[in-house]
Amino acid sequence: MSKKITIEPVTRVEGHGKVTIHIDAQGNIQQSRLHIVEFRGFERFVQGRPYWEAPVLVQRLCGICPVSHHLAAAKALDVIVGAGTGDGLTPTGEKMRRLMHYGQVFQSHSLHFFHLSAPDFLFGIDGDVATRNIIGIALTNPELAVQGVMMRKFGQEIIRATAGKKIHGTGAIPGGINKHLTIDERDEFLKGTDPLNADKMVSWAQGALDFFKGYYLANKDFVDNFSHFPSNHLSLVRKDGALDLYHGVLRAVDSEGKKILHDVDYQEYDKYIEEEVKSWSYMKFPYLKEQGKEKGWYRVGPLARLNTADFIPSPLAQREFEIYKALTHGKPNNHCLLTHYARLIEVLHSAEMIRELLSDPDLLKGDLVIKGQKQKEGVGLIEAPRGTLFHHYRINDHDQIEMANLIVSTTNNNEPMNKAVNIVAKAQMTGQEVITEPMMNAVEVAIRAYDPCLSCATHALGKMPLELTLVGPDDKIIDRKRS
Amino acid sequence: MSNLIKFKIDGTECMAESGKYIVEAAADNGIFIPTLCNMKGVKPKGACRVCTVRINGRLMTSCTTPVTDGMEIESHSEEIEELRKSIVELLFVSGNHFCPACEKSGNCELQALAYLYQMMVPRFPYEFPLKAVDAHSPKIIKDQNRCIFCKRCIKTIKDEEGRSYFAFRNRGHKLEVVLDEEMGNKMDDETAILAMNNCPVGSILFKEKGFDVPIGKRKYDHKPIGSEIKL
Repeated sequence: MSKKITIEPVTRVEGHGKVTIHIDAQGNIQQSRLHIVEFRGFERFVQGRPYWEAPVLVQRLCGICPVSHHLAAAKALDVIVGAGTGDGLTPTGEKMRRLMHYGQVFQSHSLHFFHLSAPDFLFGIDGDVATRNIIGIALTNPELAVQGVMMRKFGQEIIRATAGKKIHGTGAIPGGINKHLTIDERDEFLKGTDPLNADKMVSWAQGALDFFKGYYLANKDFVDNFSHFPSNHLSLVRKDGALDLYHGVLRAVDSEGKKILHDVDYQEYDKYIEEEVKSWSYMKFPYLKEQGKEKGWYRVGPLARLNTADFIPSPLAQREFEIYKALTHGKPNNHCLLTHYARLIEVLHSAEMIRELLSDPDLLKGDLVIKGQKQKEGVGLIEAPRGTLFHHYRINDHDQIEMANLIVSTTNNNEPMNKAVNIVAKAQMTGQEVITEPMMNAVEVAIRAYDPCLSCATHALGKMPLELTLVGPDDKIIDRKRS
Repeated sequence: MSNLIKFKIDGTECMAESGKYIVEAAADNGIFIPTLCNMKGVKPKGACRVCTVRINGRLMTSCTTPVTDGMEIESHSEEIEELRKSIVELLFVSGNHFCPACEKSGNCELQALAYLYQMMVPRFPYEFPLKAVDAHSPKIIKDQNRCIFCKRCIKTIKDEEGRSYFAFRNRGHKLEVVLDEEMGNKMDDETAILAMNNCPVGSILFKEKGFDVPIGKRKYDHKPIGSEIKL
């Protein structure tokens, strides 16, 4: 008898999604899909609004990484107000935005690792459900739990100081930023009460990395073989090839490291990238035009960024990058679970960048905004915590938005996540009579590695419990489990 | 001094010049009565009703009612404050007020009153009316979604010949405040900024200048509306 398994909603991710797995009478996986089933439609309802509202309005897509949307929209509008394509701002404007962004990446990555993923590593993916969560960590490893909370707090405080609020601020405006950092704020971040200062954050970031490396050493076979598949990788890189989460040119490499998108100007992203719509999901499927639908899909996010970048421009993270790259002999890393490793290297890099930026006097004084010859259209790209984020706006003669196109990080990872689900479902469920909770969690672990933000990707209203349904060939429900 | 009269607000003895409107007389005595449509120096109309008080058992708008000797005014009783809160809630549901993306957030008098009255969510159903955004003027955007028909722009934004830039159009549920197209095309920066500042909500926006005042520096970020009046 064939079965249809539904995992709905997927847990410990941002937003709402479900997984369906079809198993034939012989117990073989016929098809598995990650569905995004809700819709919000920001691209439509920003139409008609004054363009300068976009960075404040569109960030409401998300409560986890609103800063990414805020900054990507502001970067697109920089082009519209004639302030250049990302590197034309005043030193204060660009550095304040960078500080905001690194604070965002630091807090979002910390949230994902400590709150969402660490339970799988501490207790095992087949650990007791009752304790495999952040509360379980707090009870068994309080020091780690406190670090997770405080690292997130530090990042959030950086956002508050630069954007005005921890969530949904107004700092970035077309052509620059609306405030300086005060001396008191800077001193608090640099020399503040332990543990909320930059040195401590760098130290804890190193500790988190050591924790994961320890886990990896102890579970190398599992990690290396869990949902491993080749793919293309795409991200922004600085013009000299360095990792740059705020600005750069668009680069893609294939699974062997060969460049397939050659450091192009992202204002012309639509020359290189197209999106496919499928009937069973509100999330589109982007791909590189030149490679086509079948071969042009790619991964974004920490794993992809460390595959496209040539080096990391901060010393401690660069040292870790070299160790990490040695695992694959300099070739791209295609191991799903090592996304966590890459993410933690980025946490360290963000902490270093925050510390460096805080010592820059441009944050405290200087012109905030620059404007030039107005344009009708602008594209803003940024490396959000979850990957490359595209914002594209066109305005009419009366300063109203007439077109908006957003390709959100998680949307870029749509095909890889579906691939990951398929691989793990086959490995875990093929030939199994009974589908257990650990098998379901294994599928979620694969999705979770991408840290998907399903609300962002589809503009869906979030809700996060998980339900699994077994359906017979006659579509009769045989069993249903809810986590 | 001979013009001074005595009156009471919620039992508190007050003094004011005879003929002053209650809302101003209250302010002179350090008592805040909320308003939205009222502006100092402009003839009051009592349009928004937020300043409602009770005098001799009757509900009156304090912006249009002169204070008289011996008058006893009920202003901050639970019932009157509840009435004012209801008016604020009705203003929210009858338009499309999305504070999170509004340039006026933090400087908006309607939002400030909602905070003052601790309005968590309106108790009335949202109307979600279909409203237009008029962006044709080179200087301002008139967002009908946020207009509360206070008439402050109609009464205060005028050209050298005394003609209003703004006027009412249509009636009933189709009523809207519109900008004269010809005059709007000639509007200078100073007038446009004055129009935006005189609007108690975010219905009139000066073009291409949004969110340049950071959170923490806006009018009501630290002190509630009326705190400049209260003694």
